[in-house]
Amino acid sequence: MSESGTSLGRLSIWQAALVIARRDFTAILFSRAFLFFLLGPLFPLAIGVLAGGIGGNIANSDGPETIAIAMSAQDTAHILAARKNLEPVIARDLPKLESLPASSMEPPFDPVHFLATDKRQFAAVLSGSTEKPVLTATSERLQQWHGVVGLICAAAMSGNSLAIPHVAEQHLASSSLSQKRGRAITAKGAQAIMFLLIMLLAGMVLSNLVEEKGNKIIEILAAAIPIDAVFLGKLFAMLGISVLGITVWGSVAILGIGIAGISPSDIPTPAVGWPVFLLLGTIYFAMGYLLLGSIFLAIGSLASTVREVQTLSMPVTMFQVLVFFLASQASDKAGSALEWLAIIFPLSSPFTMLARAATDGHLWPHIAALAWQITCVAVFIKVGAKLFRQRVMKTGKLSPRKRRFFGAGSLLFRNSSARHR
Amino acid sequence: MKHLPDSAIGAGISSHGLAIEARGLVKRFDGTLAVDGVDLFVPEGAIYGVLGPNGAGKTTTLRMLLGIIEPDEGERRILGHSRPQDIAKVIGYLPEERGLYPSMKAYEAIAFMGALRGLPIAEGRRRARIMLEENGLEHAMERQIRQLSKGMAQTVQLLGTLVHNPRLVVLDEPFSGLDALNQGKLEILIRSLADKGTTVIFSTHVISHAERLCENIAIIAGGKVPYAGNVDTARDRIPAQVRLETRNTDGPWQAALPANTQKEGNVWTFPLPDNGVEPLLRALIEGDAGILSLSIERAGLHDAFVAIAGETAASQLKSDTAVEMDE
Repeated sequence: MSESGTSLGRLSIWQAALVIARRDFTAILFSRAFLFFLLGPLFPLAIGVLAGGIGGNIANSDGPETIAIAMSAQDTAHILAARKNLEPVIARDLPKLESLPASSMEPPFDPVHFLATDKRQFAAVLSGSTEKPVLTATSERLQQWHGVVGLICAAAMSGNSLAIPHVAEQHLASSSLSQKRGRAITAKGAQAIMFLLIMLLAGMVLSNLVEEKGNKIIEILAAAIPIDAVFLGKLFAMLGISVLGITVWGSVAILGIGIAGISPSDIPTPAVGWPVFLLLGTIYFAMGYLLLGSIFLAIGSLASTVREVQTLSMPVTMFQVLVFFLASQASDKAGSALEWLAIIFPLSSPFTMLARAATDGHLWPHIAALAWQITCVAVFIKVGAKLFRQRVMKTGKLSPRKRRFFGAGSLLFRNSSARHR
Repeated sequence: MKHLPDSAIGAGISSHGLAIEARGLVKRFDGTLAVDGVDLFVPEGAIYGVLGPNGAGKTTTLRMLLGIIEPDEGERRILGHSRPQDIAKVIGYLPEERGLYPSMKAYEAIAFMGALRGLPIAEGRRRARIMLEENGLEHAMERQIRQLSKGMAQTVQLLGTLVHNPRLVVLDEPFSGLDALNQGKLEILIRSLADKGTTVIFSTHVISHAERLCENIAIIAGGKVPYAGNVDTARDRIPAQVRLETRNTDGPWQAALPANTQKEGNVWTFPLPDNGVEPLLRALIEGDAGILSLSIERAGLHDAFVAIAGETAASQLKSDTAVEMDE
């Protein structure tokens, strides 16, 4: 048949995607799910605070780190005086010392038995004499106190005439080592936040699609606009939601930092600087989300119930966790083959490159990585949209092998169309 | 298209005035033949009915016409275009499985459906408010879809189908789920659309709707279309029935009755003879049959459906209608 007349028109794929994105964005914005989404980051934070509190309580319940002195009265007096003299110089590293009453040291005094049975829970026992001190404690404590106990004893033997010169101080904002450590922390933190956000969003986009199938609206959409536009619209609506979420969280974080009185200089500055790091973070977040979101949407097209979605998305979620660990490990080994693998593998690339932005100041690798990621996003969206189109409306033709593979999900029109209305 | 089937030509349809032309549409699902070589020719401005029992292939045919699913074989042209998606702005579609976003307000839902067809959202909202008022639903304007009754939600969706003033309206089982009052309102709406030049094609398993509304129909059964064309032509496939009531039940005049006459008491029914009823009337009068009444009844669409699609399809159609009435 040949075409006749002029086209009467339809929305372009981008116009149609905008209609879908606008609807989804508004719907999500005024839904309870968005509130949970906004509160999402509070949960790991709360867990962290609780876990920290519990750890602190456990640490505090161990009692003060005190060494019991089981020496002669004279040596004990010298030791205590030496500690007092050393306190202005090395206060932080000095252990607490407590002399044991003579009744506690009746021979034969066994420090091991004493530490095991004494209710005051000393961390160590210093016995012997100032000339031949014996420190009894666990290996960890011995490692911690060996030097300082020796110093106290030396000061005690010198009759507290041990001359400690004044050390002049020259303050640095950070050393290269501390800077490196700080940046590594920034890198890990940024990776973790990005992973959490992307997983939250991908889950939301999936639920949204399943709900749509349940509402049977998809046929109206498919009749009016290209199904690819539905796919793109949903993807970009959620991206818009995430940008809004990040803006809210960012503002709250800045406010929190301000209220807490934390100076910006206290936060480790990323290698590329904060403005570029935040820009790159946003772009890498968008890339990571679009890559995973397109996979999740394609999965959503296979499923018709929440249970099916959970079944199908579980392996992908587990896989994504592995990818996150890969990126995390790779960021510890800059320049290694593992890092290159994590940069090249599309799903781990945004995470790895974000970490790199925190630790390495060169910008050109980001340009190259973004070009690669954009290419991957285009391929993922195209393949995802194709699968979505084939499975949601069952219009395409799948090979028998693919049909067996993707036949796992019960589809919207499997039942209705097969009834041959 | 140069070669139109006899049914299309018989219905006075030329290829130039067609809103829908479909030829040899075939669709299989997992190896099962759902639609088997369907031809459809719908004139512009007509109200066209696709009549058949549930599972006959109506929805699949409509979906293929709209490009929601692609046919495995065959061709279709909608308003002169072989890709229906390219003219989505002038098509309105009401699917059988009604779908709206539950959290959307009624007027927003209508505007959204218009936006999908290229109507600016602000204009869609303006039209939606007017349409809801015109249909007595102004009180539902700001209410969410989930707060509306099923009938009201269905009306909202129908208005959404029409908000962009489409040239072609495709309605899949539009009467399904509506009470008698709303069915009547929908019939009036469909007629008014056709009066304005809009082509309306709808599927139904209720013969009376097609009989009241359509000039042309397609009967579909088992994925095939055994008849497509004028409703009168379909009826004319069955000879009109003569119903004769006499005072006397016996007499030599009986010899004038056709051989296949059926008798029930003093009522006689038989197909209208080829040479009309005048010779018979003379014989009855001369034979003193005592004519109490004589009427010639034209065959209904149901009779035509039985004759065309077969008893099985007809009883399924009847049973589908009964099930819906029960619901």
